[in-house]
Amino acid sequence: MTSSRSATIFALALLAPALIYILTIVAYPLVDTIILSFTNASLKAGYDFVGWANYQRIFGVGNFTEVIVRTFIWTFFSVTTKMVIGMAGAVLLNAAIPGQAVFRILTMPPWIVPMAIGIYMWSWMYNGQFGMISGLLQNFGLVGGPVAWLAYGHTAFWATIVTDVWIGVPMVTIYFLAAMQSIPKDLYEAAWTDGAGRFYRFRRITVPLMVPAIITMSLLSLIATFNSFDIIWILTQGGPSGSTTTMIIDTYKTAIGSRKYGEGAARAVVICIFVSLFCLAYFRAVRKLQQGEAK
Amino acid sequence: MSFHDSKVTLPAGANPLAASASSVAELSKAKAKAKARPSKAMIDRYHWYEVAALYAGIAVFLFFVLAPFIEGFLVSLKPLAQLFSTPYSFIPKTWSFDAYINMWTSVPALGMHIFNSFFISSVVTLIVVAIVVPAAYSFARFNFGGQALLLGMFLAVNMFSGAVLLIPLFRLMRSLGLLNTYFAMIVPGAAFLIPSSIWLLRTYMMRIPRELDEAAWVDGASRLYTLRRVILPLAMPGIVVVAIMTFIGAYAQQFIFALTFNSKTEFMPLPVGLFAFFGKQEVIWNELMAASFVGILPVMIVIIFLQRYLVAGLTAGAVKQ
Repeated sequence: MTSSRSATIFALALLAPALIYILTIVAYPLVDTIILSFTNASLKAGYDFVGWANYQRIFGVGNFTEVIVRTFIWTFFSVTTKMVIGMAGAVLLNAAIPGQAVFRILTMPPWIVPMAIGIYMWSWMYNGQFGMISGLLQNFGLVGGPVAWLAYGHTAFWATIVTDVWIGVPMVTIYFLAAMQSIPKDLYEAAWTDGAGRFYRFRRITVPLMVPAIITMSLLSLIATFNSFDIIWILTQGGPSGSTTTMIIDTYKTAIGSRKYGEGAARAVVICIFVSLFCLAYFRAVRKLQQGEAK
Repeated sequence: MSFHDSKVTLPAGANPLAASASSVAELSKAKAKAKARPSKAMIDRYHWYEVAALYAGIAVFLFFVLAPFIEGFLVSLKPLAQLFSTPYSFIPKTWSFDAYINMWTSVPALGMHIFNSFFISSVVTLIVVAIVVPAAYSFARFNFGGQALLLGMFLAVNMFSGAVLLIPLFRLMRSLGLLNTYFAMIVPGAAFLIPSSIWLLRTYMMRIPRELDEAAWVDGASRLYTLRRVILPLAMPGIVVVAIMTFIGAYAQQFIFALTFNSKTEFMPLPVGLFAFFGKQEVIWNELMAASFVGILPVMIVIIFLQRYLVAGLTAGAVKQ
C-alpha cells in the first residue's frame, strides 16, 4: 500500500503546502542573503555585485572578530548557567513534598508570557536610581550607592545574560524534570535497598541517565541563545559602547539600522555558518545517542 | 523508544504524549498510590532538615523566576511620584489603581494591541495546524526517496532565527505587498513554527497503529478519507498539543517581525504597542506594568489550565529521538 506510485504522489501532495511555505519564507531568503552578501545593496533600488568586498570589509575594518568572540562568551555563560539552574530546579521540583504541583506551575510564566514584556520588567529592575535590584542591595547595605546596571559595559554584559537565563530556565527545568521522571523508579529502589544515600543515587543514577537529555538540551539551548535578539535589543540595543553587541545585534544594526543590506547580509552569512555547524553537531549527537540506545 | 514500533496499541482516548510526560498525570498517579498504601514510600521520606532545605531551595528558585512579575505588579500599584523617589521600597507606601485607569488614555490603542496579539497568534496557529497535519501524516506513514533529507531540512529551519533572515524577508514582504499589514507578522511568524510542529505531530502519529489505515484501505476507503476519518480523530490529542505549543510560540515571540515589518499602530501586537509608553519624556512605568498585566492575563489563565499539554509538547518536541 505504501510503496506504490500513487502513494508517493499522495505523500508528496500532503507535503506540498509545508514545502512551498518553507521554501518561500525560509529557503529563498536564505539564498537571497548569500547573494546579497556579494552586492552593495542598500535602500536604493538596484545593486551591483562587489565580489568579496563586504567580507573583506567586515573582517578587515572594525571589530567584527571582537563581536564574534563576545557572542561566544555571552552564549557560553548563558547556556551553562541555564543548564545548572535548570538541573537544580528539576531536582527541587522532583522532590516528593507538598506543594509540588503548584511549584511546577509557578515555574512557567517566563516561558509563556510575551518575551518582550518580561524584558520590560527586567529593564525597570535594572534601573539604577529606582529599580529593585539596586534598591534592595542599597536597603540591605550591600552597595554604597545606586548601581545603574545597564549603564556600564561589564555590568550590562552580565545583566543581559541574567535576563536571558531567566527566560530560558523554565523550559530547561521542565524538560529536565520530565527526563528525570522517566528514569525507572526500581533503579532508585534497588540502590536504596543497598544502602546508597540520596546524593550517591543522584550522582550514580540520575546524572548518567540524564546525559542524553543534557546534551540535547544544551545544543538546542546553544542555538537559541546564539540567535537571541529581543533581550539585548530591548535592554541595551547593544550598548553601552558596543559591550553587549552580539552578532545578531550587530547584523540588525548594520542591515536595518544603517540600511547597508549588502554588508548586513555578509554578517548574517557568517552567523548562518556558525548555526549550521551547531546544527551538524546537534544532528550528530542525536544520532549517536540513538545508536547508544539501540545497543 | 522506536519509531517503527507500530505495534504499540493506542487505547481509545488515551494520550500517550500527555500521559508519559505530564506532571499532573504523575502527580495524580502518585496520589492514587498514596491512597492505596497508607504511608509514603520509605525512599521518599525526608528528615526535617532535608525538607527545610528543599523548601528553601524552591523559595530561592521561584523568587528568581517570579521576581520580575512580583516587582512589576507592585510597580503597577505605586503612584509615579513614589516610583521615582528614594530610598527604594519594595512594598508600595500608598496603594493606587490609577495606573490601571490612566493607561487607557495614555495609550489609546491599548485594547487594540491586546486584541492584535491574540489575533496574530490565533491566525498563525490556524495556518500552522492546517499545513502541519497533512505534512506530519506524510512523514509518519509513507516512504519515498529523499524523505529523510526533507525531514532534516525542515528541522534545520528550526535552527535559523528570523533575525538572521531579516533583510531578505523584508524585501520579500515588500514585494508581496505585505508590509504594514497583519500578514507581515503572521506569514514569517508561522514559517518558523512549522518545522518543530511537524516533528512533534509526526512522532505522535507514528504511535497510531498502521493496521487501522490498512483496515480502512481494505474496506475500500480512499487515502484522503482514511486521513480524515481514521487518523484525524485519533491524532486529535496530538493536534491539540501542537496547536497550544504553536500558540505559545507565536504569542511569546512576537517582537522582531512586528518591530521591523509593521509601523502601523492599529496592527501592532502588545509587546511592540507598549513601546508607546517609552516615547514620552519619562517612561510611565506603572502604567506600562499595569498594561502588561492586563494584556497577558487572559492568555495566562487559559495556559495555566492547559499546562499539562505544554509539558507534553515540550518533552516530545525537544527530545527528537
